Amino acid sequence: MRASGIVKRYGDREALKGVSLEAGPGELVAIIGPNGAGKTTLLSILAGISRPDEGAVDSSNGQVGWVPQQAALYRRLTVEENLLLFARLEGHENPRASTEEMLELTGLRERRGEIVARLSGGNQQRINIAIGLLSRPAVLLLDEPSVGLDPRQRARLWEFVSALAGGGTTVIFSTHDIQEAERYGGRVLVLADGESLFDGSAEELREAVRREAPESADRDFETAFVAYLHHRGH
Amino acid sequence: MGGVRWLLLKDLQILRRSPLQAVLLVAYPILIAVLVGFAISRGPEDPRVAFLNEVPEGTRINVGGQELPEANVRERICKRVECVFVSDREEAREKVASGDVLAALILPADLVNKINSLSTLTPGVPEVEVLVNEENAVKAELVDDRITALLAEANLEIAQRIGAEGSRYLKLLIDGGEFEVLGETIPILGLRAAARILQQVTPALPPTLRPSLEEVSEFAAQARDNLDVAQPLIDRLAQPIEVDKVVVGGESPPLEIFAIAVAATLTLAFVVVLLVAGSLALEREENAFPRLTRGLVSSGGLLGEKILLGIAVGLVVTLLMLLGMRIFVPLELGRVGLWLLAILAAGAALGAAGAALGAAAREVRAVSLLAFMVTLPIAFLSLVPSGAVSPAVFDLIRYVTALFPFKPALEAITAALDEAGPGIGEPLLHLAVLFLAYTALARLALRRFAAV
Repeated sequence: MRASGIVKRYGDREALKGVSLEAGPGELVAIIGPNGAGKTTLLSILAGISRPDEGAVDSSNGQVGWVPQQAALYRRLTVEENLLLFARLEGHENPRASTEEMLELTGLRERRGEIVARLSGGNQQRINIAIGLLSRPAVLLLDEPSVGLDPRQRARLWEFVSALAGGGTTVIFSTHDIQEAERYGGRVLVLADGESLFDGSAEELREAVRREAPESADRDFETAFVAYLHHRGH
Repeated sequence: MGGVRWLLLKDLQILRRSPLQAVLLVAYPILIAVLVGFAISRGPEDPRVAFLNEVPEGTRINVGGQELPEANVRERICKRVECVFVSDREEAREKVASGDVLAALILPADLVNKINSLSTLTPGVPEVEVLVNEENAVKAELVDDRITALLAEANLEIAQRIGAEGSRYLKLLIDGGEFEVLGETIPILGLRAAARILQQVTPALPPTLRPSLEEVSEFAAQARDNLDVAQPLIDRLAQPIEVDKVVVGGESPPLEIFAIAVAATLTLAFVVVLLVAGSLALEREENAFPRLTRGLVSSGGLLGEKILLGIAVGLVVTLLMLLGMRIFVPLELGRVGLWLLAILAAGAALGAAGAALGAAAREVRAVSLLAFMVTLPIAFLSLVPSGAVSPAVFDLIRYVTALFPFKPALEAITAALDEAGPGIGEPLLHLAVLFLAYTALARLALRRFAAV
């Protein structure tokens, strides 16, 4: 997936100011930044939900799966009914087989008949991701996938996502948790106020933070990152 | 089209999964519809009125020294209202104050005497007493209307009886007959017979007296002829104006058919508007809208699916309701094709209006409230007849109600139910225009929200 010079305006406000991003197969890219940085806007443009005012997105290698921050599924339907509905809408030849595959992948086979509203946030997020995967995407976009999950659920989620990337799926996710980005993102894109501040590996980000905010070098990474953003005028 | 089918199935699954919501969605409008239907078709019940007659038994109205036959005042009044007989004024007052009766009607003891005094040199003013409890404006208006109508009827009755007695005396004067005074029968010759006698005796009189007698004979003839003309005038005096009703437009079906049409349209409107608006808002509330419109289904397809859902459920509910109503009112099953046509057209236009509302809000609760706030007043405004309000206000109501599908839906369903009603073509065309307009509005609203 390649995005270049993306600009998005809402009235007079520029939500994205010429952001570019490139991700190859199997790569796990974390988009990090404070609230209002433009993470969701960027992901929705990559997903084709919003149109950029300037710039271009190229995802010619295949389908783009999109998993919104808030679970986009029907809470009054069961787990199985949700997966079956979206498999049918995706036009799968054998939607029941696809549903079984996703139940297996999410580990929710035993809970297939449960109404989604009664599941935990973590399990709802797993179904949310599974629905995103039904289009068998080459690129999977996850908007703050771990929000609202407890540490155990979070660990299971990342185990699941890492396995997808291991299978060759390009995964681009947004987060405002620097430690999550550092731990799971093979590459990190730092956004602040719609501006791209950094694009590189987690180690390179640590280096940049040490370089630009030396006074916080001996503090924890999150504090040092906040100081780095401050130094960059955000 | 495949996507629409699966979404339709999903919406029905959700509806089935929320039985309380489904029951409320269907039962509530039916309850309202049945209540409105009964209210319109049955008219008000006779109001309870306390009745105290202080006029002494056997007292009669007297005209020219002659007593009129008994007027059966009690029976006449109690035919128009539900009489609650009370024994004294205090009881009447208590019943009115407690709200047990709407009003109390008291005929004072001197009422007949005062009526009788009208033909004397010292006429009194006959009065009846009405006790009311005007605790609210509607009740006060109702009491005023009923009592005024009751008194107008009583006045008319008395005037007619006096007129009839006048006519009888006039007839006696013209044609002659017998007249009873103080138990004695007095023969009255009458102008007709008097003129005849004069004509017979004239030739036998000396010629010098004949001209004078001929003058008297001529006067008798003129008086007879002119008093003949006066008789119908006296008859008309009691009720000088009669109503000759000519229907110049607005063919109307029987009231019970109209009531059923109102009930059916109200049900259809609430079911379709709420369901379509709610299910469209649900797509947004569940965050599914962007996921669906990312290529799984077009926004036009999604709108179509919601309208289809509204039409399907509305059709089933309305048809069941109409078939149920057949138990009480004979509805022609031969017109069922027209029923279907009217319900489908009305459902489509109402569904499109629901879609426009649903596309304009993000939450099901907000959109349900919005749907109620729009549908209920429009439905009631659509029932306001011309003449009930000032022409300017009625024109305004006409324009407002023409913008929402309830009124044309009501007209189409009324026309479909009974051939005596207005034609179905015009309301169907109106519904088609509204369907297109609201669909365009809904698409615009969806596009605006999708862009945010």
